Amino acid sequence: MAEPKDAIKENSMIIQKEMLAKQFKELSMATELGKKVVYTFVPGNLTELILSFDMLPVYPEINALQSGMRKKSAEYIRDAEKIGFSEDVCTYVKCDIGMMLNGNIGPTGEKLPPPDLLLLSYTGCFTFLKWFENLERLYPGVPVAMLHTPYQEDGNISKDQIDYMLKQLKEEVIPKMEQVSGQKYDHARLSKMMENSAKAEDLLVKILESAKNVPSPIDAYFAGVYYIGPIFTAFRGTQEAVDYYTELWKEVQERMRLGLGPVTPEGEIKEEKFRLVVEGPPNWTNFREFWKIFYDMGAVIVASSYTKVGGVYDTGFRHDPKEPLESLAKYCMGVYTNLNLPQRVEMLENYVKDYKADGFLINSIKSCNSFSAGQLMIMREIEQRASVPVGFIESDLVDPRYFSYANIKNRLESYFQMLEQRKIILKQEEVV
Amino acid sequence: MKSLQQLLTECETLAFDLNFTRAKKWKAEDKSRILVGYLPIYIPREIIHAANGMAVGIMGAGDRKQIIKGDAYYQSYICHFPRGIIEMALDTNLEEFDGFLFPAICDCVRNLSGMFKLSKKGKFQRYFDYPQNFDPFIGGTFYTQEMEKVIDDMFKINGVKVTAEGINKAIKLYNINRQLIEKIYNIRDERPWQLSAVDMYHILRAGLTITVEEHNEILEQVLHHIKEERGEPMDNIRVVISGSFCEQPPIGLIKSIEMAGCYIVEDDFMLGSRWIQGDIKDNTSNPLEALGNAYIHQSTFSSAYYDVGNPKGKRLVDLARKRKADGVIFCAASFCDPALLDRPEMQKECDHAGLPHINFQFHENTGQFKVIKEQAGTFSDSIKLWA
Repeated sequence: MAEPKDAIKENSMIIQKEMLAKQFKELSMATELGKKVVYTFVPGNLTELILSFDMLPVYPEINALQSGMRKKSAEYIRDAEKIGFSEDVCTYVKCDIGMMLNGNIGPTGEKLPPPDLLLLSYTGCFTFLKWFENLERLYPGVPVAMLHTPYQEDGNISKDQIDYMLKQLKEEVIPKMEQVSGQKYDHARLSKMMENSAKAEDLLVKILESAKNVPSPIDAYFAGVYYIGPIFTAFRGTQEAVDYYTELWKEVQERMRLGLGPVTPEGEIKEEKFRLVVEGPPNWTNFREFWKIFYDMGAVIVASSYTKVGGVYDTGFRHDPKEPLESLAKYCMGVYTNLNLPQRVEMLENYVKDYKADGFLINSIKSCNSFSAGQLMIMREIEQRASVPVGFIESDLVDPRYFSYANIKNRLESYFQMLEQRKIILKQEEVV
Repeated sequence: MKSLQQLLTECETLAFDLNFTRAKKWKAEDKSRILVGYLPIYIPREIIHAANGMAVGIMGAGDRKQIIKGDAYYQSYICHFPRGIIEMALDTNLEEFDGFLFPAICDCVRNLSGMFKLSKKGKFQRYFDYPQNFDPFIGGTFYTQEMEKVIDDMFKINGVKVTAEGINKAIKLYNINRQLIEKIYNIRDERPWQLSAVDMYHILRAGLTITVEEHNEILEQVLHHIKEERGEPMDNIRVVISGSFCEQPPIGLIKSIEMAGCYIVEDDFMLGSRWIQGDIKDNTSNPLEALGNAYIHQSTFSSAYYDVGNPKGKRLVDLARKRKADGVIFCAASFCDPALLDRPEMQKECDHAGLPHINFQFHENTGQFKVIKEQAGTFSDSIKLWA
């Protein structure tokens, strides 16, 4: 396995890096700044609401993935297993708990502050609930606000479900936020933030949909996870997010104009050989090596489900300044992992068709049943409905013990050979 | 009245009839009857009874069915339980079932509801969401709406209108059912040698495959038999089993624990039948609200239930104390996120309370029990010798 070279960075990447550095600096100085801290989750997050109370959000799964990328997760997971967590359970949880046991040092090397409020936005993942029960015991006495997001069982969002969410927001979440922050709920301020949210969401959709072009100017999975960073976390609703996406969209447009492929850590992909739709989260412990297998083969991910885990915007949803709380409710219920399996299949099938993909690939994650349970059936459905070759690889989020480079590379090479062969056959059929 | 042995044999047969012959026969007797299968842990069976239906507990294929197709639907790191369910659905085991309910207990069961939707098994397939907000006006309302959806699903099939009177009648029957089960557990608490844990397991699991009226009759008869002293006490320790609320351990495993010198005086094997603690109001004009209130105020503790403010570790210790248990055996299915994520905190509570504990993991089709028997035996010996 070759040593990765220094990554090539575009302006938007530098901006994002600065945004994150500022965010973690602020978190490390939360006490001095008199800011209250809210621990919450990415899917179904209430970032605008948190920010409207001048509080700072912390996302434990972001810390975990950052720990994975910084090669810290193995140690953290080991420490969590030492205190009794099974090898079988979610490694995000174990990594997060291990990080706390080791002083709660964040991705920038600065200590993260303890929470003033645990906001359990229980959306699309049962393990979130268990995770916060554990956090509650690690931070005894810290108030907990629960927001239970109903699952899209019937494949739609009903009025009853919205009412249930609104009641929880008004009678459980907002009062706790008022109590912790010492500020009153400011409807106008939240509304204003939603304007920024919607602008950033418009831009994000344009960026992700640019992959419909051939060649695609972006990689909607490996680079996509960077693109979604600000909007899925602490910046949705801010001007900074709008500025970031404006800059990124500018760069993408320029690449489209020049007919360039996606930017990778080693420069642009020179030839787009395969266009893929990917289902499932990426592996974080070996992220660059994992990505490299794809770009070395000229494989570009044109659409992915993971980039919808913090919000599905490409089917039309936007945060709405006219009804901010209602739109938060709809947003939570609309995230990818809160969709039922038939909805997921339909979305993925549409991606394969709309993005003119050559194949459909699943990266099945050992830790994440919310994604993984049912994926083999999803794979069969897509194969039948979209008539493209499907592939299946397995890894984990942040446990390096479950990333087998040789095994994954082997499987992907076989898969790409199959795609290549199919292209030849399709071409021959065209000639005939 | 049947002899105890006859009852136990009948229950064992019913418990592991993966074709649900008795339930299907019951349905065949009347065109308006329906069968609604449900997965662990709990659903309010009363509403199904009121719709002229039978709620049939589908507790997995265990070690009684070879899994061939099911393995092709699940990765190696997903628990065994849904493989057996899919295998049964793809075979003929679940034919004639009208609908399926998938209670909100974990992501595997949630996504399994989608797999049933995609493969169009039954006339309805519904993920039954529990409120995790316990304000009766917020969570209670949501829970009522969830029940109404199921009632609507059933009405579309048999046209039976569910009335308050019908639900109240069902609540009465299930109140009796819960009371009888509790009485048997209490007798086993006093004299665990009267009825083995395996027998108890068969009796409870049988109840998920027949009408509540039939099950109540069985329970009455069992109770009658075990009220009298029978059997001889042994020098066993008393243990609580925790963590087996969904995927069920094979009978061989329960037997091994007993044979290793442990009286299982409390367990969560058939937790759904014992979920509601105490009676539900059976004479109100709004029985759905009564069911909702019972869920919010009278639920037992479980890994599927948000426990902030009422930690389950503490409740486990209280339960162990109530049953005068010498120790706790954490016995969770492999890859069961809810049970395994709860385990460290529960163990910590046991440590604080000075309650010894051991743990092991199983698959529903585990075939080797030697290690488990040795572990449980050592646990039992250590308590007997040094506690």
